Amino acid sequence: MFNFYRRLHRAISPSAGDEDARTDGGVVSEDAPAASDPGADSGVVDRIGSEIDRRFGSDFVESSIFWLPPFLLMALFVYGAVIWNLFISLTDYQGFANAPDYSNLDFGMYTRALADSGFIDAAINTLILLIAFTVGTLTIGLILAILIDRGIRFENTFRTIYLLPMSLSFVVTAQFWLWIYNFNNGIANGVIGVFGLGPVSWLGNQAIVLYAVIFALMWQFSGYAMVVYLAGLRAIPDEHYEAAKVDGASTLKMYWRVIIPQLKGATISAAVVLMVFGMKAFDFLYSLVGGYRPPNGADILATKMVREAYANLEWAYGAAIAIVLFGMALAVIGPYLVYEYRRDNL
Amino acid sequence: MSDDALRTDGGTAAVSRARRTLGEMTAGEASLYGVLTLAAAFYLVPIESGLVTSFKTGTAIIETAPFAPPGGSGFTLEKWQTAIDALLRGMGNSLLYAVPATIISALVGSITAYGLTIPNWKPSYKALVLAIIIAGIFIPYQAVLVPLTQFWSQWVQLGEILSFVWALGIPDDYVGIVELVITHVAYGIPICTLLFRTYYKTMSDEMMESARLDGASLRRVYRRIVLPLSGPMFAVVLIYQFTQIWNDLLFTLVLVSTESSAAAPVVLILAGLGTSMEGQDFALRMAGAFFAALPTLAVYILFGDEFAEGVAA
Repeated sequence: MFNFYRRLHRAISPSAGDEDARTDGGVVSEDAPAASDPGADSGVVDRIGSEIDRRFGSDFVESSIFWLPPFLLMALFVYGAVIWNLFISLTDYQGFANAPDYSNLDFGMYTRALADSGFIDAAINTLILLIAFTVGTLTIGLILAILIDRGIRFENTFRTIYLLPMSLSFVVTAQFWLWIYNFNNGIANGVIGVFGLGPVSWLGNQAIVLYAVIFALMWQFSGYAMVVYLAGLRAIPDEHYEAAKVDGASTLKMYWRVIIPQLKGATISAAVVLMVFGMKAFDFLYSLVGGYRPPNGADILATKMVREAYANLEWAYGAAIAIVLFGMALAVIGPYLVYEYRRDNL
Repeated sequence: MSDDALRTDGGTAAVSRARRTLGEMTAGEASLYGVLTLAAAFYLVPIESGLVTSFKTGTAIIETAPFAPPGGSGFTLEKWQTAIDALLRGMGNSLLYAVPATIISALVGSITAYGLTIPNWKPSYKALVLAIIIAGIFIPYQAVLVPLTQFWSQWVQLGEILSFVWALGIPDDYVGIVELVITHVAYGIPICTLLFRTYYKTMSDEMMESARLDGASLRRVYRRIVLPLSGPMFAVVLIYQFTQIWNDLLFTLVLVSTESSAAAPVVLILAGLGTSMEGQDFALRMAGAFFAALPTLAVYILFGDEFAEGVAA
């Protein structure tokens, strides 16, 4: 039986002939038990074990105890749950029933979403938020990073201050911004009042509220973009700066032509992370009003999903919206992970 | 403070690297510092205005500028008193899940990253497993919420498994805390693994290889060599994870659900604080916001560098 297995394996595995080329002792121990004691149970285990070792590497089996259990836990909660969510989105699950009825699956919830103007608005708002927030935050972060990288004093103090809002919870920062955007006494109206503008109802005006929220999020996360860009700038060799100087390029030109193009990697990874933060804006919007319904004009998919599921008990509909949101996230992170994988950055 | 002085020294050292435009005029430099200070004000004013407002009486809020300190008559500690009364139990509840979840997820992340970095197996398979794990960082949690609710309410009824705990007189609302710990650990694995992975990748493996050749098991190598060297990264991961878990609202909303629950975490209570029929009590909200942020602020002020490292990875 064993010989059969070996022959079969030789036949299907093109690399089997390379066994002898291996330098470590794996091959010896692999053949020994099989030859001396074919058919014994321990022999089978050893044999399979070493076969796996040969395919995956000598420590594969022994190391699996370290990474496999966490991997499975994570896979259950992340991938298992997403697939489960997909199934729930195909049911008609709603109300106080304990569990969805999986016997009758259809795309009813998705067609319902397309016919729901609230969903379309939320989807558009989500896109606006993601793009405006990401671009704005990256721009501010880049400018700050360049300024800080110019060999200033108190660099650490400035950096600490810029990054400070990021250590705060959305729940906390939402309180601050609620106060800033207050119609009568808020700072925002005070500042534009200096220029003879306003007062503006920042959170009450449907056309403005989304951008007010985006501005608050930019305040919270531009420090993060700065840190990422700073690391990127520090990785650029000094010679590039000097070469540009010798060529007589102005400072502005030097950054635009020479430095910024080299920050592509930093930009990509920061953008991906910022989009993820943007999708978590739920916490901010929830805290702004202390409830599931954000100010009119600021509804995004993240808030709509939670509201449909947990306030309206439209579980299946919520799950369908979640799948759309997940698809949006995947469109961003899928290419990113492939990019990092190709660059051997994982 | 002395720490700060040290850091500025580091900054001047960077100047001497001659990267910067050295011969620039002082006018340009002055405007540079001007811009940086303005930016610092931009980041600080919302926080500062929140802080001063939290000490104001109702009339002072209307009469003084939002960023001005309260005058003598406008000063009150009453709002802080109310906020602390309302939030203190939430603070305890938050610690009850944030601390264990932080420690466990850091440990698990370290072990996972070790298994995927240092042992000798095919790098391309390692990278594949890693890619699958790392993708988990970017999942919008909305995509797992409904199944998560199903999982904890229908499939794994922890409340029944832990019935002996409730028999001791602990309110069974606290099942939400246990669920939060497990949930945060599960969703924390990807980021913790990534952080430790980047650290272990740079570790010199000579010592580990010779230990392996001497016949040390992988477990021994981890315990004797890798774990003792992981200290700096543990600081980064613990700080990052603690901040994330403490600040998260979504899971608490779904797993604990009501702020009146005995197990309600501080973020959940804060989200509803200061809203009433009479309108919004901003001083109370600000006091509550600061009180709830105290642990993360303390962590940030004490370990800002580690925090920066955690977010930059």
